[in-house]
Amino acid sequence: MSEPKVRIRNLYKIFGPKDKAMVKHVEDGMGKPELLEKYGHVLGLNNINLDIPKREVQVIMGLSGSGKSTLIRHINRLIEPTSGEMIVDGEDVLEMSEDTLRQFRRKKASMVFQKFALLPHRTVADNVAYGLAVQDVADTEARERSQKWIDRVGLTGFENHYPAQLSGGMQQRVGLARALATDAEILLMDEAFSALDPLIRTDMQNVLLDLQEELHKTIIFITHDLDEALRIGDNIAILRDGMMVQQGSPQKIVMNPADDYVTDFIKDINRGRVLEVGSVMHKKPPARGPKIDSKVAIEDAMQTLLAAKAKEAIVMRDGKPAGGLSMEDMVGAIARGKGAATDSGAYT
Amino acid sequence: MSFLTEFPAMDRQDLRDLKKGIDFTFKDFSRTYGEAIENFFDPLLYFLVWFEQLLLATPWPVFIAIASGLAYLGSRSWKLALGTAFAFLLIGYMGMWKDTMSTVALVSVATLLCVLIGIPVGILMARSDRMQAVITPILDVMQTIPIFVYLLPVVILLGLGKVPGLMAVCIYALPPIVRLTNLGIRLVDKDILEAADAFGSSSRQKLFDVQIPLALPNIFAGINQTIMMALAMVVIASMIGVRGLGMPVLQSIQNQYLALGIFNGLAIVGLAIIFDRVSQKYGMRLQKHREGGHDV
Repeated sequence: MSEPKVRIRNLYKIFGPKDKAMVKHVEDGMGKPELLEKYGHVLGLNNINLDIPKREVQVIMGLSGSGKSTLIRHINRLIEPTSGEMIVDGEDVLEMSEDTLRQFRRKKASMVFQKFALLPHRTVADNVAYGLAVQDVADTEARERSQKWIDRVGLTGFENHYPAQLSGGMQQRVGLARALATDAEILLMDEAFSALDPLIRTDMQNVLLDLQEELHKTIIFITHDLDEALRIGDNIAILRDGMMVQQGSPQKIVMNPADDYVTDFIKDINRGRVLEVGSVMHKKPPARGPKIDSKVAIEDAMQTLLAAKAKEAIVMRDGKPAGGLSMEDMVGAIARGKGAATDSGAYT
Repeated sequence: MSFLTEFPAMDRQDLRDLKKGIDFTFKDFSRTYGEAIENFFDPLLYFLVWFEQLLLATPWPVFIAIASGLAYLGSRSWKLALGTAFAFLLIGYMGMWKDTMSTVALVSVATLLCVLIGIPVGILMARSDRMQAVITPILDVMQTIPIFVYLLPVVILLGLGKVPGLMAVCIYALPPIVRLTNLGIRLVDKDILEAADAFGSSSRQKLFDVQIPLALPNIFAGINQTIMMALAMVVIASMIGVRGLGMPVLQSIQNQYLALGIFNGLAIVGLAIIFDRVSQKYGMRLQKHREGGHDV
């Protein structure tokens, strides 16, 4: 794997007046409730280590209070950490001077917010151009560059509307266009679609996936919705009480949940649609059978197998046979969801 | 038992000396620096006199046309523009044109002064909690201290006339604009400020692009309050020699001229209504972008 875009090392965030002194207690294994009871400090992030690869979508997931919004705000330092490192392209954001940090926020990392946070007194066009105006880009150039993104997110014709005249979904399109207009390499999305109703949320996920297909930005996406995480994430990290519980590819997390917390998270998903055959196949490919790509979902693979009236299929990876797939493999993988908690054993 | 029945007050002699001491010190101060302070305020005096002369020299139809025009520009309401014209015509017809011009000049200059001082002070207050802790009690004193108590030192220092009158009006009318500017900026949505930070705004950019525009409705409510309070001070200001609609009211109190008092009092009310409605409508127009039902 190439050098990660963002490297988070030993990051702690404790809220309270004597936060630095509290790190020691946390390092010695004190948990969130105990720290609050004994010292009156709130543990926000507990020793977070995470490598975020270039040009991929990293989802950070957790329930409310798990520290995910706190974590994303450390990447552009909207929140000051208690200790740790946040290395972006080899440079520690937490060591930056105020000026360097401002340049970093202007050019390198832009953000989309849960509550949109648009300027209510400015039109859609002015809102999208906001990041450029902050950089003192000349008006005509800013207009031109932002118009491209207004068109790209499907807001053509709404340039002169005010945010209050748009629906929630359209307001978030403005938020997305505003973040894209600065051409930052990193896109921070803090529960960006959580405030939208389900149909519009799916719609926005599609918009994002389409954009990512051509832009290949490093996207860090916060959500509490597992379906959303599985849909758009190349990698998922799960937080609980400020601690990293598990990180890895969606397939890995669904197949091998690290503990009960994660198991709970994944228990209601549609495993047939999420799991890919590459994750459930057995080693030995059969001599004959239909060929199925390793990235195909079980749901579709079942139909292919049934239609071919074959007992086993050949799973192909990069054009070469990589394994075999029987109906039992697939049914087993789907059924395992019910009893998965017994597998883990690590957490009771 | 005299300790319980009689308050252990300061010795009478000492108290008298203390008061005397303060009085003499202040008189000395005003004798030494009075002129310098007066000179300091001279530009203000020239401006006020110039503006008053300008209003008086303007032919009345021109003034009424301009006043109604401004009312229309501010409120976009024909009704209000016509009402303004009608009110000024009636005031002039009742023989109060000159006094009204003086009062309009005083209130306009006082409001301008309060805005020029009040908004920056309000911004300062909003940006620092310590500043707020220092300024708030000063504003409280300015608003609650009986007017005559500060009228006296102002008169001792600057004598009778327009400038001390202007000072008195401003002391009374300044607090609302400061308070509402501070409040308006502090009430700006934290999420939007965070977004401004996330896009790398400097604090100056944040102030002018986000905080002040979003605080404008509140700032305008403050300006409106300041105008109203300045108008309310017109009669008191006339006690220290400021000409205008307050003077006849004062005369009517001293001589029991009922009609004179009512006419001039109603003229003040008329001005107040015009100023109030126009500035309020203008403030509301600033919020037009919030229409559409989807709160941001």
